[in-house]
Amino acid sequence: MNDQTPPTREMREAKLEGMGCKRKRVEDVRFTQGKGNYVDDMKLPGMLFGDLVRSPYGHARVKSIDTSKAMKVPGVLAVLTAKELAGVNLAWMPTLAGDVQMVLADGKVLFQGQEVAFVVATDRYAAADGVEAVEVEYEELPVCVDPFKSMLPNAPELREDLKGKMTGAHGPRKHHNHIFEWTVGDKTATDTAFNTAEVSIKELISYQRVHPSPLETCQCLASFDKVRGELTVYGTFQAPHVIRTVASLISTIPEHKIHVIAPDIGGGFGNKVGAYPGYICAIVASIVTGKPVKWVEDRMENLSSTSFARDYHMTCEIAATKAGKITGLRVHVLADHGAFDACADPSKWPAGFFNIVTGSYDIPTAHISVDGVYTNKAPGGVAYRCSFRVTEAAYCIERGMDILAQKLGMDPAELRLKNFIKREQFPYHSALGWEYDSGDYHTAMNKAMDAIGYKQLRAEQLAKREAFKRGETRDLMGIGVCFFTEIVGAGPSKNCDILGLAMFDSCEIRIHPTGSGIVRVGSKSQGQGHETTWAQIVATEIGIPADNLTVEEGNTDTAPYGLGTYGSRSTPVAGAAIAMAARKIKAKAQMIAAHMLEVHEGDLEWDIDGFRVKGLPEKSKSMKELVWAAYNKPPPGMEPGMEAVSYYDPPNMTYPFGAYFCVMDIDVDTGEYKVRKFYALDDCGTRINPMIIEGQVHGGLTEAFAIAMGQELKYDDRGNLHGGSFMDFFLPTAVETPHWTTDHTVTPSPHHPIGAKGVGESPNVGGVPAFSNAVNDAFNFMGGTHIQMPHDHWRNWEAAHSRGMHG
Amino acid sequence: MIPASFDYHRPKSTPEALAILGQYGDDARVVAGGHSLIPMMKLRMAQPSHLVDLRSIPELKGIRIDGTTIVIGAMTTQAELLGSAQLTAAVPILHEAALQIADPQVRYMGTLGGNVANGDPGNDMPAVMQCLDASYRVTGKTGSRSIKARAFYKSAYVTALNSGEIVTAIEIPVPPGKHGYSYDKLKRKIGDYATAAAAVMMTVSGGKVQTCAIALTNLGPTPIYCAQASAAIVGSGLDTAAITAAAGAAGALMAPSPDGRGTVQFRTSVGGVMIGRALQRAYQRATA
Repeated sequence: MNDQTPPTREMREAKLEGMGCKRKRVEDVRFTQGKGNYVDDMKLPGMLFGDLVRSPYGHARVKSIDTSKAMKVPGVLAVLTAKELAGVNLAWMPTLAGDVQMVLADGKVLFQGQEVAFVVATDRYAAADGVEAVEVEYEELPVCVDPFKSMLPNAPELREDLKGKMTGAHGPRKHHNHIFEWTVGDKTATDTAFNTAEVSIKELISYQRVHPSPLETCQCLASFDKVRGELTVYGTFQAPHVIRTVASLISTIPEHKIHVIAPDIGGGFGNKVGAYPGYICAIVASIVTGKPVKWVEDRMENLSSTSFARDYHMTCEIAATKAGKITGLRVHVLADHGAFDACADPSKWPAGFFNIVTGSYDIPTAHISVDGVYTNKAPGGVAYRCSFRVTEAAYCIERGMDILAQKLGMDPAELRLKNFIKREQFPYHSALGWEYDSGDYHTAMNKAMDAIGYKQLRAEQLAKREAFKRGETRDLMGIGVCFFTEIVGAGPSKNCDILGLAMFDSCEIRIHPTGSGIVRVGSKSQGQGHETTWAQIVATEIGIPADNLTVEEGNTDTAPYGLGTYGSRSTPVAGAAIAMAARKIKAKAQMIAAHMLEVHEGDLEWDIDGFRVKGLPEKSKSMKELVWAAYNKPPPGMEPGMEAVSYYDPPNMTYPFGAYFCVMDIDVDTGEYKVRKFYALDDCGTRINPMIIEGQVHGGLTEAFAIAMGQELKYDDRGNLHGGSFMDFFLPTAVETPHWTTDHTVTPSPHHPIGAKGVGESPNVGGVPAFSNAVNDAFNFMGGTHIQMPHDHWRNWEAAHSRGMHG
Repeated sequence: MIPASFDYHRPKSTPEALAILGQYGDDARVVAGGHSLIPMMKLRMAQPSHLVDLRSIPELKGIRIDGTTIVIGAMTTQAELLGSAQLTAAVPILHEAALQIADPQVRYMGTLGGNVANGDPGNDMPAVMQCLDASYRVTGKTGSRSIKARAFYKSAYVTALNSGEIVTAIEIPVPPGKHGYSYDKLKRKIGDYATAAAAVMMTVSGGKVQTCAIALTNLGPTPIYCAQASAAIVGSGLDTAAITAAAGAAGALMAPSPDGRGTVQFRTSVGGVMIGRALQRAYQRATA
């Protein structure tokens, strides 16, 4: 080949590195060299450090706070308490869930680790010494950490600020520790289904309190410029624009004078959606001192105070025929929200999208009710690598299906196949109000069962069980089946908002004269690889190589307004905005091409990286040429330039799904387990970057493994948190993590511009039930119907012990 | 997670270190690898005003075999233990146990002396040293003495070490050339302390156990040397009855605290399982 050889179509296509390409992550060039720029890397002149005094008690009256000794510590400049914050009306702050939360303890503390005072000093060492020197006098109060006891008549009243308020943000409250009751579905029809059921099951399925624990903890650097009256906040924000708007609303600083910048973020997983007391304190401290103030959580503070996940206690009932056809579903959830309702759900959804609990099944009637309660535990309830409460819902139905299969004496995979929504039923209207956009569950399930050799595994298991009964082995084999349907991409403004902010997203594309450009998006990557994948969408849409596009997010001054990244919403919402903005660029390019080629626009067709005249392929203009012309020789009457903005309000959610199988061997004498095989088939619609999808699935499965097999934030009766460090909170290393086998089918979303559905959270949603079902499957042939997570050595041993396996 | 302020000393010799300890008394703490003390300081559960770092004292380093005794300098790191072919050949249980301590990064810093002297029931080497009938060479103002590992541990973090004394070396009787050994540890993940662990040393002749030593990690406030359990094995061909008897005798000594690793009942039960596994593996190795 010489220089004169025109590139082939394949070469032109490959050069774009567009959708479907396993493009290497561009951000990794800096991350793998330690050149990322995180909040704690940032230094501003004269910067001060803040550190928090925290409550050692789960519930106590604050009798007095003496800061005089702290003020004498060299380097300490100020100590903020609720008294100081009250002066600027910030002792309390609104939560995303319509509740209020103490910024610093106002009269009492409601959970261990609660923020009590904020010490500001010249360096973080002095700040820590100052924290030690603050003297707080507490009077202990009765503690309630058990959600099942929080609504007893004699339960201690936790939220005295709500005394007498029998209506909350989500309707009536039944008890002083009650937050809301949320119901969906047809109760009468569901009750009838159960009254006439041939077979039914009922099980309390708890999903324990866990924590997202991103590598980087929550942190911010606030800098108030008194001369300009402007506030700049650098922070670990998954939703920087929301933070700016909320900051403006509660501070009365006009929104254009607040600059919120999220630099590189080391993982979020829902932990960095909300606003935390540390942020407010750093901002107030900067206003008070006139200096930049940095606040950085340590690991134990992160685990104990900012945003737990789950703590859902689900009573699941399924009605069915003897042949295994489901006739009804009824679920009651007791939801432990901790001391303040600081869930990060869309505002009208106090239990998130828990009404996806009908899962992948054609269930004719269903009813759910959720009671949210206060306890003396940290606030939160975030969507830890899942859409809002979708992991809880998937766990509930997928455990319930196995329990029903056990009762029917039916194979759990067969039961699922029997009840799946059929391909021809889509778009499918669920009994709990969702419109599933698309799916092909039977194809995915059958592919997965063939790939893993399901029938052979069951035969092997049967032989092993017989051998176990004969005393020839002390190992049990479990096969975990899970078929999940997610609901992601919040969301359509008709039903999704956060504090009134509609949950659209946005993209602004500016192509420079020489054919490279910048893509600015309202989402915010925390490691998902947006800089790589967003450029791939644009590359395919407008024929400019991904390498020639810069992707920028996180700066509210330059990025278009967006609602951020969580709940697998980036690809379904921002990804659509990107495609739509790119199509505006393409449309303008087409007008220019028509002018240059002297044909009607309709006579042109798109060809990889430019337009050509239909039937005359040699008459063409590349996008690069068209962009140059857009600036320098636009057609008469056309404005020069090549920019486009799109705000995308999705018409519906997207519904990714998948079939996961886990094969596990468990030693009944020690509870040790070995994950022999884990197979994950995901259908996320159109696949933008298969390598990034695989990475997302590996990461999500590892988190699912951690949750199912070990993670737990456990409180004792006095409100002490046990497991608040990585010594006890199970974060698996490469040694513990199983090998993952990934696979896929592709069922594009019919309403999304590129057919993509989102994938980042699917593996956590589907992984947890697959692991838990494997453990339950291993043990329950010897009795029992449900073993609670986490399935660590000790609990596995207990399961064996209670089934008489230790002689 | 920031410690209170302290003065840092790095003496060049043992007498210099002892002098600093003498000067500051209980306000001073020696630090070896720092992987137990520094986290405690970061939590402000330990707040020494003076930290005496032993890393620059040459005589506290090194491994040598001195006739029938192996002498390991207290500041020898776990990584150095693992790297010594001579030591691995003579006392393979040390290699096996060191590999189960934390992770490679910690093992580059963590020392044998720190591991045995700290008195943390979670540390792995104390039980191994009891199993090997090792002694700790201890030096103080008034001179040097030797304390048996089996007599060193009083309760959690309380040892026979007097204020102002430093463990300078670990002395291990060279085991018989042909012996069986095993260190079996159940843990939740890499880096965790044992849920239960058992160390076994054994010699076998004609299929019968001639000598046996069993010691346990993290099943009580101190490491547990199980003399009676060991005696139950001697003379047997390691049949099920002997193992059950040993596990039973050892079980009577276990007093684990319930924690995130499990209940007392569970940890005691798996303690017995670890003893069984270690005995069987040691027997196989002794007879291989």
